[in-house]
Amino acid sequence: MIKVAKYVVYDILRNRFVLLYTALLLMITLSLFNLDSDAGKATLSLLNVILMVIPLVSIIFTTIHFFNSYEFIELMLAQPVSRKTIYFAEYFSVAMALSVAYGVGVGIPLLVLNFSESSIYLLLSGWLLTFVFVALAFLSSVATRDKAKAIGIAMMFWFYFSLIYDGFILYMIYSFSDYPLEKVTLALVSLNPIDLARIIILLKLDVSALMGYTGAFYKDFFGSFWGLTYSILFLAIWTLLPLYLALRKFVRKDI
Amino acid sequence: MIGPNGSGKTTLIKCILGLVLPDRGEVRVMDQPISKDWHYRHHIGYMPQIGRYPDQMKIGQIFDMICDLREYNNNPDEDLIKAFKLDQMRGKRMHTLSGGTRQKVSASLAFLFRPSILILDEPTAGLDPVAAEILKEKIQAEKKEDRTILITSHIMSDLDELCSHVVYLEEGKILFNDTIDLLKEETGELKLGRAIATIMQRNLKQEKV
Repeated sequence: MIKVAKYVVYDILRNRFVLLYTALLLMITLSLFNLDSDAGKATLSLLNVILMVIPLVSIIFTTIHFFNSYEFIELMLAQPVSRKTIYFAEYFSVAMALSVAYGVGVGIPLLVLNFSESSIYLLLSGWLLTFVFVALAFLSSVATRDKAKAIGIAMMFWFYFSLIYDGFILYMIYSFSDYPLEKVTLALVSLNPIDLARIIILLKLDVSALMGYTGAFYKDFFGSFWGLTYSILFLAIWTLLPLYLALRKFVRKDI
Repeated sequence: MIGPNGSGKTTLIKCILGLVLPDRGEVRVMDQPISKDWHYRHHIGYMPQIGRYPDQMKIGQIFDMICDLREYNNNPDEDLIKAFKLDQMRGKRMHTLSGGTRQKVSASLAFLFRPSILILDEPTAGLDPVAAEILKEKIQAEKKEDRTILITSHIMSDLDELCSHVVYLEEGKILFNDTIDLLKEETGELKLGRAIATIMQRNLKQEKV
């Protein structure tokens, strides 16, 4: 697999998009820390930007890369290489390339400028989100033969998780505000990887008081070791499930 | 292997390579079912009808990459690379190549590893007469080395020169599978093209009756 991955990484580095992405992240991080003298606030702003940018870039880059590698995949499949090897080589190359870009663009400046627990969690959840959304984009790419359709489906994931789902939760909390909803919202949050990532960091930033009673409940839950394990576990499921579904489709796909 | 357009020649080849998975049935290569184990592809050299390659890679990189992946370093068969003068354009990127040059790359790749089975999907289509002759000579030479060579083509005179057996495929069904000599004997024709035409006409008549 390493051998195939080597050529995929070589191909990714060739088109310079990843370098551009690194530069963009680096620029955002540095400018936010320069604008705000309070490191905590800067981290919070950074969090909001990153929660939008990472899923979006992961999804678009992965889908475009997958369809651009179609010829490569075709060539590989006529060689003595198993489909699983090709699939995992593609997935890990893309996910690792984006993770390295994130590590360099956000991780290094963040750890230098504001070395704290919340920074480490921000870094960690960014990586997890990259793996989740690359897997979701693989699922949509494998599911269809048409590039535009695949990008469309992948973008729907992004819209859904970053905009529509939040609206839905807000509406629900508002409509059922007379009932105790903590456990229900906790369950609902688990269904959205972006929310899971957000909550981990918000609680570490000590702004959870702003979130009222529910925030206190979350702090009680997510602040603990188990809460953290729980959210990482769910983000892992969010990676492995689409990855597995896409693999099943890819192994049976006619090229 | 011959047959009209859309009769399933390329699809059958893709099934053998595992690019397309058959709905029913089982493909066996060297008596081993291919569904479980992909190692059988070590023995197959494949030249696709339309060779598609990563745009940004150079000709030389493609050859090196496939050698690396196949872990084949002992004396690859570079006859065709030299005959097609591809070694002089190793630095050219794939997207700048003409259709014919791509075909040459595909052909050279198929022969590179001295595979015991060669699958050539319309090998001479798109090649200029000189290149086509070079390729045909190479096929003749490989035939003497006791390799199994599967060719699809619409050029009967080529097949007449190169092949010993013919499979006639129509709508995914085998209508004829025997030696060329027997086919000629049966139809009383001297050329493969005529013999095939006679068989097809006979089938049409049978359908009408």
